[in-house]
Amino acid sequence: MDKQALLTTIHDQLKAKFGDGLVSSHLDYDFPVFILQRESLIEVMRFLKEDPELNFHFLTTLCTIHLPENKGKEFCMMYQLHNMAKNYRIRLKIFVSQNDTVVPTATVLYPAANWMERQEYDFFGINFKGHPNLKRILNMDEMNYFPMRKEYPVEDGSREDKDDTMFGR
Amino acid sequence: MSKQKQKAIDQDILAVQKPEEKEYSTLNLGPTHPATHGIFQNILKMDGEIIVEAEPTVGYIHRAFEKIAEHKPYNQITPLTDRLNYCSSPINNMGWHMTVEKLIGATIPKRAEYMRVIIMELARISDHIVCNTVIAVDTGAMTGFLYLFQWRELIYEIFEAICGARLTTNIGRIGGMERDFSPVAWAKIDKFLKEFPAALREFDSLVTRNRIFMDRTIKCGPVSAEMALAYGFTGPNLRAAGVDYDVRVANPYSSYGDFDFKIPIGTGGDVFDRYMVRHEEMWESMGIIQQAIKNMPDGPFHGDVPDFYLPPKEEVYNNMEALIYHFKIVMGEMDVPKGEVYHAVEGGNGELGFFLVSDGARTPYRLHFRRPCFIYYQAYPEIVKGGMLSDAILTMSSMNVIAGELDA
Repeated sequence: MDKQALLTTIHDQLKAKFGDGLVSSHLDYDFPVFILQRESLIEVMRFLKEDPELNFHFLTTLCTIHLPENKGKEFCMMYQLHNMAKNYRIRLKIFVSQNDTVVPTATVLYPAANWMERQEYDFFGINFKGHPNLKRILNMDEMNYFPMRKEYPVEDGSREDKDDTMFGR
Repeated sequence: MSKQKQKAIDQDILAVQKPEEKEYSTLNLGPTHPATHGIFQNILKMDGEIIVEAEPTVGYIHRAFEKIAEHKPYNQITPLTDRLNYCSSPINNMGWHMTVEKLIGATIPKRAEYMRVIIMELARISDHIVCNTVIAVDTGAMTGFLYLFQWRELIYEIFEAICGARLTTNIGRIGGMERDFSPVAWAKIDKFLKEFPAALREFDSLVTRNRIFMDRTIKCGPVSAEMALAYGFTGPNLRAAGVDYDVRVANPYSSYGDFDFKIPIGTGGDVFDRYMVRHEEMWESMGIIQQAIKNMPDGPFHGDVPDFYLPPKEEVYNNMEALIYHFKIVMGEMDVPKGEVYHAVEGGNGELGFFLVSDGARTPYRLHFRRPCFIYYQAYPEIVKGGMLSDAILTMSSMNVIAGELDA
């Protein structure tokens, strides 16, 4: 099945099964992308994993994207699922607001999500509801902010010995 | 037996404590224990020499590469990728170049792709040399380590002849290779191909069928295929568990589809299988390098991507357009399309993926590394539970956990 056919097949199945749970879908480079409602994320994942034909049994990676300009949907969570036998790869996305960064945990389906979600909690402060051990992983436990959010500059803003304004973002 | 003696024995039996009443000792293994080959801390709950629980602490060499990458132009991110899995940095470099090439839609000439394949397979061999010889060292065989490390040294000399650096290579450029292989590099590659097989065979005869080595590694730290998939294993560790997934075959990149090679798989997923999978992969990599050299096409060694590829110096001094491109690349002012790409390569430890979000600016909007070590190391407590401490050390070296890749 080529990417376009995979996109339409899954789109039709999700639309029939979850209705408004699927917001939209498109092809981004070589990846079919499905944008979902947060509430239906785990159910969609469960369906994709347990459906004998699709069988997305492998969670490749997940990550957060911070979009401060996207008011009301400041955080995007991205999940990449993989069916190794048929080599299907898809990407799921949900958006959450910065006032309500609660996302259901994927560890119930994929144990591999454990550390990946801890990493996203560590850097973006996404609260994974139901995660067995949600604490910081790469940064020190005493840290009181989420450093990968866009509002934190990469360097200490009080430094005066460097002037990078010409080349800064 | 006297009644008194029998009573004493009965009391002794009663004295064996139930698990919940037992007193366990806590052992702090690491962060800088010489046997862990890197900065890893494990807090172990021990019952004598048996591990009851393990809690790994990671992040000791976290360097915030994902954050730094959001503030660097694309060509300046390559040196960051060097420092992920520093045992096979060329693979990381190539993975990053290919991700950007996918984003900008560049086509790379065959010759550059074949050159990349040679470099990546050499890097894979050097990565597997480190892992396998260290397994041998941890089982008590120092000799093999010393013999094979000479050849790793030769691989580093090849990298030095190609790009000038040894460990953190920054090899290749977005759009191809920075220069063609020099005659010195070709001579060294030839020497490696001629002489390495004998050394590898010697190592094989020294270690693989050694009784002590087999007794120590077979059935040690086993991982079933189900567990490996659930915990996101990829690479040699997944193949040792019996799943034949290899990115080079599943999603061929850089002309891997042109080569004929086998994917060795194991059955038990134990230390011996992981060792054997890596060992066989070294032979397959040798085969790929030979095929690449034999079928090496002529032509340019870089693609036509003037926005990213530095023009030759004579051009810069004599040609206005080249000077402009040179300035723009050095100052990091290239036009990049908007979009999101994911590209994965088969690294030394598994699927090394780059998820890149571009908003059209000079730096990535978001760059996420899928680091195979980070994902499969979380299964470590589960694997070592109930085993001996010495087996835990061996399991860690056979999983080839690299601190740089673990912490990014």
